[in-house]
Amino acid sequence: MENLSTVVDWSRLQFAMTAIYHWLFVPLTLGLSVIVAIMESAYLRTKSENWLKATKFWMTLFGINFAIGVATGLILEFEFGTNWSNYSWFVGDIFGAPLAIEGIVAFFMEATFGAVMFFGWNKVSPRFHLASTWLTAIGASISALWILVANAWMQYPVGMEFDPAQMRNVMTDFWALFSGIAVNKFFHAVFSGWALAGVFVIGVSCYMLWRRRNRDFAVNSIKVGAWFGLVGLLLTMYTGDGSAVQVARHQPMKLAAMEGLYHGHKGQSITAVAWLNPDKEWNNDQDEYLFDVSIPYGLSILANHDADSFVPGITDIVEGFSINAEGDTINTVSYAERIERGKLAQKALADYDAARKAGDTAAMQAADTVLKANYPYFGYAYFKDVNEAIPPVGLTFTMFRVMVILGSYFLLFYAVTLLLVYRRNLIDRSRWFYIVAMASVPFMWLCSEAGWAVAEVGRQPWTIQDLLPTVAAISDIPASSVVLTFWMFAAVFTLLLVAEVSIMCRYIDRRSKEELYTPQNA
Amino acid sequence: MTLEYLQNYWWLLISVLGGILVFLLFVQGGQSMIYGLGRTPGRRDMIIDAMGSKWELTFTTLVTFGGAFFASFPLYYSTCFGGAYWLWILVLFSFVLQAVSYEYRRKKGNVYGTRTYDAFLFFNGSIGVILLGEAVAMYFFGGEFTVNRGNLLQAGSPVISQWAPSHGFEAIFNWRNFTLGLAVLFLARMQASLYMMNRLGHTGDDSTFAALKRAALINGGVFVVLFLAFLAILFTYTGYDVVSEDGHTVSVTKATCKYFTNMTRDWWELVTLLFGVVAVLYGLLRSVLAKRFTAGVWFTGIGTFLAVIALFWAAGYGDTAFLPSLTDPMSSLTIRNSSSSLFTLKAMSYASIFIPFVLAYIFYVWRQMDRKH
Repeated sequence: MENLSTVVDWSRLQFAMTAIYHWLFVPLTLGLSVIVAIMESAYLRTKSENWLKATKFWMTLFGINFAIGVATGLILEFEFGTNWSNYSWFVGDIFGAPLAIEGIVAFFMEATFGAVMFFGWNKVSPRFHLASTWLTAIGASISALWILVANAWMQYPVGMEFDPAQMRNVMTDFWALFSGIAVNKFFHAVFSGWALAGVFVIGVSCYMLWRRRNRDFAVNSIKVGAWFGLVGLLLTMYTGDGSAVQVARHQPMKLAAMEGLYHGHKGQSITAVAWLNPDKEWNNDQDEYLFDVSIPYGLSILANHDADSFVPGITDIVEGFSINAEGDTINTVSYAERIERGKLAQKALADYDAARKAGDTAAMQAADTVLKANYPYFGYAYFKDVNEAIPPVGLTFTMFRVMVILGSYFLLFYAVTLLLVYRRNLIDRSRWFYIVAMASVPFMWLCSEAGWAVAEVGRQPWTIQDLLPTVAAISDIPASSVVLTFWMFAAVFTLLLVAEVSIMCRYIDRRSKEELYTPQNA
Repeated sequence: MTLEYLQNYWWLLISVLGGILVFLLFVQGGQSMIYGLGRTPGRRDMIIDAMGSKWELTFTTLVTFGGAFFASFPLYYSTCFGGAYWLWILVLFSFVLQAVSYEYRRKKGNVYGTRTYDAFLFFNGSIGVILLGEAVAMYFFGGEFTVNRGNLLQAGSPVISQWAPSHGFEAIFNWRNFTLGLAVLFLARMQASLYMMNRLGHTGDDSTFAALKRAALINGGVFVVLFLAFLAILFTYTGYDVVSEDGHTVSVTKATCKYFTNMTRDWWELVTLLFGVVAVLYGLLRSVLAKRFTAGVWFTGIGTFLAVIALFWAAGYGDTAFLPSLTDPMSSLTIRNSSSSLFTLKAMSYASIFIPFVLAYIFYVWRQMDRKH
């Protein structure tokens, strides 16, 4: 294959770009759909026109965002086939199922009841409309469940075995797909959507306050957004803590990259602020950081909930040191040995295939035994040396800190918001806060995207952890084609994003000039 | 449940999804008419209103069709999507443009103006549909590809399937594929006309109704001609008889008039196709000939569904390659050599129990939303 590495790089770029764009829209869909449903429930309960106006205002913004999220999601699903065809065969037996179930169970629910939600105000009863709004929100979350189950499986492949006759993995336990990692990932992603939507609602409402329009509408929306977002953020933090423990257990290399840690210790500290040494390699003696401020025991607590526990660094893992489930330091297989054993597995598979074609069952069994013993390292055979098996440390490290620092900032942000709206109408005298809230909105998206960057960049070079690296997962297409489609999609997504933001801004500005709140009906 | 039984079952479900998808392409058909029938603002609004509340169903069916293919026949997903790259990318591109257009076209601040979004809708409604029809035509007329699973072990070139260097353009410019692509486009336009006649009902504007009737007649007439041409090509086409064992192809032999033989041997395929064709013709002719018949879309819709599933059956059942390889016949994909494992197909079959419930609530919601007030 010509220019294998170029095709891989551009295919990765294309997928990453699509995923980044998709995730600009999905968390807002996940969060705003629930906020809209809550507001419509309040309307049906109180019959207050103010709740109806609020519902319709936020629902319109939801609709503008929803359409483009749907569009980018379609591309993501089909890119597994167009750009990752080896992947689609190698694990399609397992990975395809959640995607199909998502379509059947969730996506139809979202689309069908979404149509009622947007177009059915005068066509169905109020109760049926409310049910449709809730079903749209539930459909969005169920949709996320199946996608995150699939994604978690890529990080932690379970419930399958390798079928040498078909040269692919096959499912053996459907429910194993709902691993702790999958469940945690689902809640982490959905709650982060709640946190994001809360900031969005507060930011938009503060724009109205800043322009001195619809004060009561804005304050009411801020209250809903702040409580909803705060709950979402706290649960995101809780599930994020669970994620760290699972990463430490199942993807220690990712955790080491998140911390830029090369030599781990018991009672390992975590760096709060640091500047990575760009010349540091796993096998040289340079310092990890040019400058750092560390919190003692922090990483041990984060990774294992045990201040004295050992956390391995990149060099430790490459050389074969790790920990067991009980937190004890043990010897594991070094990366050099993994590469050798991966090659043994691939040689055994070639032998198996030759024996199958020759009808030699004894040779097939012998090859199968070697294959099974070495299969956990199958993917390592694609690496020329261990350097290829180490994720990009700088990006993973930086994105982890962006996520944590911004996440912490938004906890403070929600606390301040609630204080201002509930304490003697402080919100009316805090024009500085309007600016802060509006400026904070893009940072919430940055925080959310950074979380995904940690999860996905930290998983590199794997598509399926330990089994299939990106270099062996791609399609046989010319690099020039992928470059062209990358720019095609980059251009169209960017143009549509510009349109989306513009429509939202115009809508918010225009509607905020109208009466959105009637005091006597409150 | 044996593997063979489940492979048949999942090809049936793929057929059903394919049938529903082709019926729902009436949304695209309507979009392709916005510069013709929709020349005047009033009629363009009528088209947009009619299609705007249904586009998500078509879109979702396409997503589910792709997902179901991935889950049940992953080797197809791997080979065809990565191989006929440009064909599929252009299809997807057109659907991306469609997804935002209904929502954005009339919104203030949409940056590019209503005309741009209307052009997006037209592109999806015309080019997107032709390309989708051409992709389906490959089920009969094949592609230029090879599959070698052993490539997985070649570190420098690990991809198991290779396609012609034109990567899908050769399929786009294949005249047989194009015939079906065009037929699907005119079918979709005919259905769109009939659907709008249905929405207009017995009391709607007479001149608009007459215009729709004329559109149904013209598009329906062109469709019938193209479809008959396609059937003539298909029934005389030489396909492959494929023998598989344990998921591996053992032998491939050429078979003249393969698809006609399939349909006459498995008579229910031919009967289903004929029922479909009759229903489409009945719906079309009665809509055109009667003074004001508004239920034509249901006949043509059911007819379309039946004809499509019959064609899918002819493509997949009876030791037939549903993606024949023109380069290496032994690489041809069948429902036997490209399917998921017994375990996965079984697990997915439990999930498929939801399908009737999904169809039921879609039908219920459709009725509620189209109710006259």
